[in-house]
Amino acid sequence: MNEEWPLWEVFIRGQHGTAHRHVGSLHATDSETAMNNARDVYTRRNEGLSIWVVQSSQITASIPSKKGPLFEASKDKVYRHPSFYKIPDEVEKI
Amino acid sequence: MIDPRRSLALKMGDNALILAQQNSKWCGHTPTLEEDIAFANVSLDLMGHAQMWLNFVASLDGNGQTADKLAFLRDAIDFRNSLLCERPNTDFAVTLVRQYFFDVWHLEQLNHLKVGTDSTIVGISTKALVEVEYHRERSRNLVIKLGYGTEESHTKIQSAIDSLWPYFGNLFEDSDLDKKLFDLGISPLPSSLRETILGTISGDCKLASLNVPDNRFFHKGANIGHHTEELGFILAEMQYLQRSFPNCEW
Repeated sequence: MNEEWPLWEVFIRGQHGTAHRHVGSLHATDSETAMNNARDVYTRRNEGLSIWVVQSSQITASIPSKKGPLFEASKDKVYRHPSFYKIPDEVEKI
Repeated sequence: MIDPRRSLALKMGDNALILAQQNSKWCGHTPTLEEDIAFANVSLDLMGHAQMWLNFVASLDGNGQTADKLAFLRDAIDFRNSLLCERPNTDFAVTLVRQYFFDVWHLEQLNHLKVGTDSTIVGISTKALVEVEYHRERSRNLVIKLGYGTEESHTKIQSAIDSLWPYFGNLFEDSDLDKKLFDLGISPLPSSLRETILGTISGDCKLASLNVPDNRFFHKGANIGHHTEELGFILAEMQYLQRSFPNCEW
């Protein structure tokens, strides 16, 4: 039997952010305890408005050795960046 | 004539102070890193509450009284904390159950104080309440989880409940000042919280097949300064610096 508690990844949406950001990980026996631990470990200095916890084993990650097929193909396709048109002066914020 | 609010604030402040002191001894020693941070957080919260309550006592006393003097220069017989808070840490199960019993009482008590008639007490209680709601959620969660966890965790939590049980009944003792506070609409009679609190604890324990003792014997006396020998050791450590180097600051 594995004696170690499962690992959880913690995501926090900050005071000014709109998206949850990965802030770190912790050990906990279940989601409720993971949530409480996340509150204590990662929001002590008033960092967050919302917390997500997800068991690390539930995350499917890309494999580093396959980064060629995954990412190389887009490297020379500069036209995919929206930088080939002029922004009218009237548009102040974009 | 003693201001009855003084006795209430002293009881609230001493409970928070002594429990914070006991919990803080776990810093760096809890079974997991996450618990370590959580317990240190709880201790700091309680220390903050102690500061607010004892500042209030000091303001009622006047004459250059301060929260620090109250914390570091009183003897055991002048402390008004519950016997529960001064129980030794023993192991993590005892520490958790001690915290849980205290949190259940603390939350109930603050919910009543929050709607009382004294603005300072209402202010302090409202501020403390957001933290105590979380304390209770956390300790309750852990006691239940460990209660139905493994055979070992169940046995440890059960024996912690049994050993701490006789020490928290004094939170429900009424004094003459308590009756005065009740008449003034400031606080509930301590005895009036008893059934709700024991009911909450029984309900939670049932969820984890833990037994609440039928025994209704509770040690008395903390409200008039009759403490267990443990408080002497706690104060010896906590007050050492001020006693050895009077008026030292850092």
